[in-house]
Amino acid sequence: MKTILLLLLVLNFAESQTEKSKLFMTRSGKISFHAGTPIEDIDPINNEVTSILNITNGELGFQVLIKAFHFKKALMEEHFNENYMESNSFPRSTFKGKITNLDDINFQKDGTYKAAIKGELTIKGIKKEIASSATLIVNGGKIIGTTKFKLEVADFKIEIPSLVSDKISKGVDVEVECRYEPRTK
Amino acid sequence: MKIIFSVLLIFVFTKSTFSQDVDSTDLMFLLDSEKSNKPIPVIATFKTTRIINGHSIEQVAGGILDVKISHRFGRLNEGAYNLFGLDYAYIRIGMDYGITNWLMVGLGRSSYEKMYDGFFKIKLQQQEENGNLLSVGILSSIMVNTLKLTDTNRPNNNSDRLYYAFQLLVANKLSENLSLQITPSLVHYNLVAKEEDPNDVIAIGVGARQKITKWVSFNLEYYFQIPKFKLPNTENVLSAGFDIETGGHVFQLFCSNSTGIPEKNFISGTTGKWYKGDVYFGFNIARVFTLTQEGRKTKWE
Repeated sequence: MKTILLLLLVLNFAESQTEKSKLFMTRSGKISFHAGTPIEDIDPINNEVTSILNITNGELGFQVLIKAFHFKKALMEEHFNENYMESNSFPRSTFKGKITNLDDINFQKDGTYKAAIKGELTIKGIKKEIASSATLIVNGGKIIGTTKFKLEVADFKIEIPSLVSDKISKGVDVEVECRYEPRTK
Repeated sequence: MKIIFSVLLIFVFTKSTFSQDVDSTDLMFLLDSEKSNKPIPVIATFKTTRIINGHSIEQVAGGILDVKISHRFGRLNEGAYNLFGLDYAYIRIGMDYGITNWLMVGLGRSSYEKMYDGFFKIKLQQQEENGNLLSVGILSSIMVNTLKLTDTNRPNNNSDRLYYAFQLLVANKLSENLSLQITPSLVHYNLVAKEEDPNDVIAIGVGARQKITKWVSFNLEYYFQIPKFKLPNTENVLSAGFDIETGGHVFQLFCSNSTGIPEKNFISGTTGKWYKGDVYFGFNIARVFTLTQEGRKTKWE
């Protein structure tokens, strides 16, 4: 009887351990993008990105509040929300994807790993498959993920009036940095 | 012992079903459950700091200079000889500056009555998603008439030429496209023409903005003067027009029965009657310049 009891205890403990470390999360991920031209700097930043990474199956999710992008110019922020992103109708952008080379990454061992990520990006309700390569730094039970990729404004039905078209780039460089910690609830 | 055993068993069992839940739960569902209910400020209740003649709830953001050129042409009912009033115009040149996101100041000079005006506007409360229902602000302005004295025989004090206006601005952006504002207003005259005239004119303003496209909106503004507190032979001012935005510029094109631009003139000094065709075409052009970007959260933290 005692052995079973002990076994159960160990089992219980072990299980809570694995469950704890399976999901990694951040609520303060950063995304910035550059849509500027030589005439105008457009480089807002969002410091409130939520993201979850499941290290057992490589699933990766992002949720981005559009209104949390902050611009150097207040008017630019207003145009971004009101006219380009229509953030009242589409308050959030999401990404749902997977690390496709999970076998190359050892989350139990500190180090720097290259991760190939593939998934579906949703902006203004429009879904698009994207792929990007990211750097994952595993260090002391935390994971720092960074990536850069390019998006085309036209893919997401973002119309730029001809009057300002020389100020806004058609291609947007996106930069992401997330510091994941084990998700506790 | 048996009890402890069964309790543990139940514990382990429920725990594993819990983790089963986590296993089968979609990552996006988990993310969704992390949504914060943090209040988010509602932006762009109106396109600019003026609805038409009167102030809107909007402030110029901190560090931004907003240069405003306003024209009021002659009356439409002057006919073709004066090209429906376009032959002459009153003009106000003004500048608004945002000291902080909640405090703005402005200066202007109008050719009508050679009037200088200065004001400050404070945002007291901002409408928010998951938060405040209304935006609330106050406006305090002072105006001085600098026309040459017409009667030098009577005693003239400099203070006689001063006017003050105080407004409470209460606004709500009802939807993406429709915004409303109520503006209780007081205009104080240090000197009025006759003894029986009130020194304080009290009016209630209402304003609305309806977006038509992403860059164009229709605006309406009406100030109702409380009959006991209005000057004789004055009309309530009604204005209607469009805001047209083109990047850094906002053009406001409208018709109004007022030819004056500062509060003293349009709230309490309007004489034109819409039904007689005493309608003035006018426009405001606003151009913003970013002077400082300090205090904006745009750095990698």
